[in-house]
Amino acid sequence: MADKILYTRPDSIRDVKSHYCPGCGHGIVHKLIGECLDEMNCREKTILVAPVGCAVLAYNYIDVDGIEAPHGRAPAVATGVKRAQKDKLVISYQGDGDLLAIGTAETIHAANRGENITVIFINNAIYGMTGGQMAPTTMEGQVTKTTPYGRDVHDVGYPIRACELLNTLVAPYYIERVSVHDVPHIVKAKKAIRRALQNQIDGKGYSFIEVLSMCPTNWGVDAQTGADWVRDVMQPYYPLGVFRDKDAEEASRVQ
Amino acid sequence: MGERVLLKGNEAASEAALIAGCTHYFAYPITPQNEISAYMAKRMPKLNRTFLQAESEIAACNMVYGAAATGARAMTSSSSPGIALKQESFGYIAGAEVPAVVINMMRGGPGLGNISGSQGDYNMCVKGGSNGDFHNLVYAPATVQELADLTLKAFDVAEKYRILTLILGDGYLAQMSEPCVLPEPSGFKAEKPWALTGAEGRPAQVINSLRLADGVLEVHNRHLEEKYKAIEAAEVMFENFHCDDADFVLVTYGTASRVCKAAVMNLRKQGIKAGVFRPITLWPFPSVALAAAVAGKKQVLTVEMSLGQMVADVRLAVNGAVPVDFLGRPGGAVPMVDEVTERVLSYGR
Ligand SMILES: Cc1ncc(C[n+]2csc(CCOP(=O)(O)OP(=O)(O)O)c2C)c(N)n1
Ligand code: SF4
Repeated sequence: MADKILYTRPDSIRDVKSHYCPGCGHGIVHKLIGECLDEMNCREKTILVAPVGCAVLAYNYIDVDGIEAPHGRAPAVATGVKRAQKDKLVISYQGDGDLLAIGTAETIHAANRGENITVIFINNAIYGMTGGQMAPTTMEGQVTKTTPYGRDVHDVGYPIRACELLNTLVAPYYIERVSVHDVPHIVKAKKAIRRALQNQIDGKGYSFIEVLSMCPTNWGVDAQTGADWVRDVMQPYYPLGVFRDKDAEEASRVQ
Repeated sequence: MGERVLLKGNEAASEAALIAGCTHYFAYPITPQNEISAYMAKRMPKLNRTFLQAESEIAACNMVYGAAATGARAMTSSSSPGIALKQESFGYIAGAEVPAVVINMMRGGPGLGNISGSQGDYNMCVKGGSNGDFHNLVYAPATVQELADLTLKAFDVAEKYRILTLILGDGYLAQMSEPCVLPEPSGFKAEKPWALTGAEGRPAQVINSLRLADGVLEVHNRHLEEKYKAIEAAEVMFENFHCDDADFVLVTYGTASRVCKAAVMNLRKQGIKAGVFRPITLWPFPSVALAAAVAGKKQVLTVEMSLGQMVADVRLAVNGAVPVDFLGRPGGAVPMVDEVTERVLSYGR
């Protein structure tokens, strides 16, 4: 009997060692993107905008044309790329410091224009690359290098919910929050990413996928504890689900 | 020959960009360059090209970077405080070697300053203005005609060297109307194998400035150095206005040079031999030509609409061979012809 392959490296992912820590969510999301590009046969028409953050070298792993954006400017760079290459699949891949602190203006305005791009937002509640400082999404009371006594929301404000924020805008076509802390959720996350990429191919406009993700290294925990923390601490504050789905809105209007 | 038309500086620059085949223009409002955005907003959609008003100068210049990285001819324009913001991406554009065109119609500073023309951004624009070892190629037009011609050229040169070319004008040039013959398209076409177009039928490629591996960044910096040397050897531009027989040489650029030329004609009527040496490229600075032009002269006078910025480059070029004096008017003021004339007269015959 021939062996059945259940799990393999997608063609769109390069056969190289990654620099991501054990238990990190970035590698999982890269693989999901790679699988989607394979399935959609889109590797050769993709341009990936990499952020400043742990995923700064994303184009070394995902085997597509890539461009580095200054910290937080990925949606602006993606806008320039997409406006010049309308038939290409343009992905802006960003962390929480990148997308929701230094790049808040670029994030909101690309969404507000309804740019026909796909934004993949890795929310790991911390600045990973710089060694674990407070992010806009750091949880209340969470200890980081710059909140050594825990995030004091009366002093530095509350964690920002990106999907809910963007859902106040009219233009975005699709907004969903997913998680990669266990296999069933990873399967759902892939569906969301696939959907967001398909929207772009269909010319429907701006899609935003927030992925709750682990940074065990800077949370100071092991991989499993990190995954559990996403489930137990992050998820209650960042509810999973679809916030905007203009396809569904359209369908219910038709009925 | 194109037709002779009366155009504002801002309009001439816009039209020249259109003639150059600029397909993507990204805007953010700031006086005194708003006519460029208005012009492009009207014309670009009609030509099936892209006009987009960004949420900030930072975003606008990063949009230029993104569009240009795919091989498009992209441009943005602004004035001093806005250029301060755009400079974040200047370093990335330099490191990643993406061709881009930026216009700065300088206004008074520091801070919000005022909205009249000034030359207070020489240091910011000519000396890089972002982190790391790099240069922008900086053109300093003095007339509406030259503004149009250099804007057209800026697109070609940017692509030839994969560099950011910056048009350094000022509020007076931006707002003044002069007759101008619109330039013809140059016909220049660069190969762009580096452009991001999706990895169809070729290996995937990356546009970035990050060079982490041991020693690789130094190699990249050396490569940029070679490029900058080639530009210094081939792209220097300047004007020599009656310097050859002069005893006194005024070194000045852009709008300030117009005043100086009038002063020179005044002085010559009085039998005093003065000339103007006008750098047209501020980087690369015409150091060698300037040193030659002032050799054996009695006095050099640098005239700027600032407290004295280019004068440092003039002193380096002259290297003590001739005394260098400075006359400047900051804050949006323009040196008067009489002021310049009197200063030269004060040197005696
Ligand atoms: C202008 C600028 N400011 C600061 C930095 C330093 N820096 C590098 S990555 C980063 C934030 C990374 O955090 P996040 O966006 O959450 O991504 P993660 O590393 O967690 O994936 C910062 C501040 C930089 N590179 N550029
Ligand atoms: S520091 Fe955190 S985000 Fe960065 S690679 Fe390690 S686990 Fe992932």
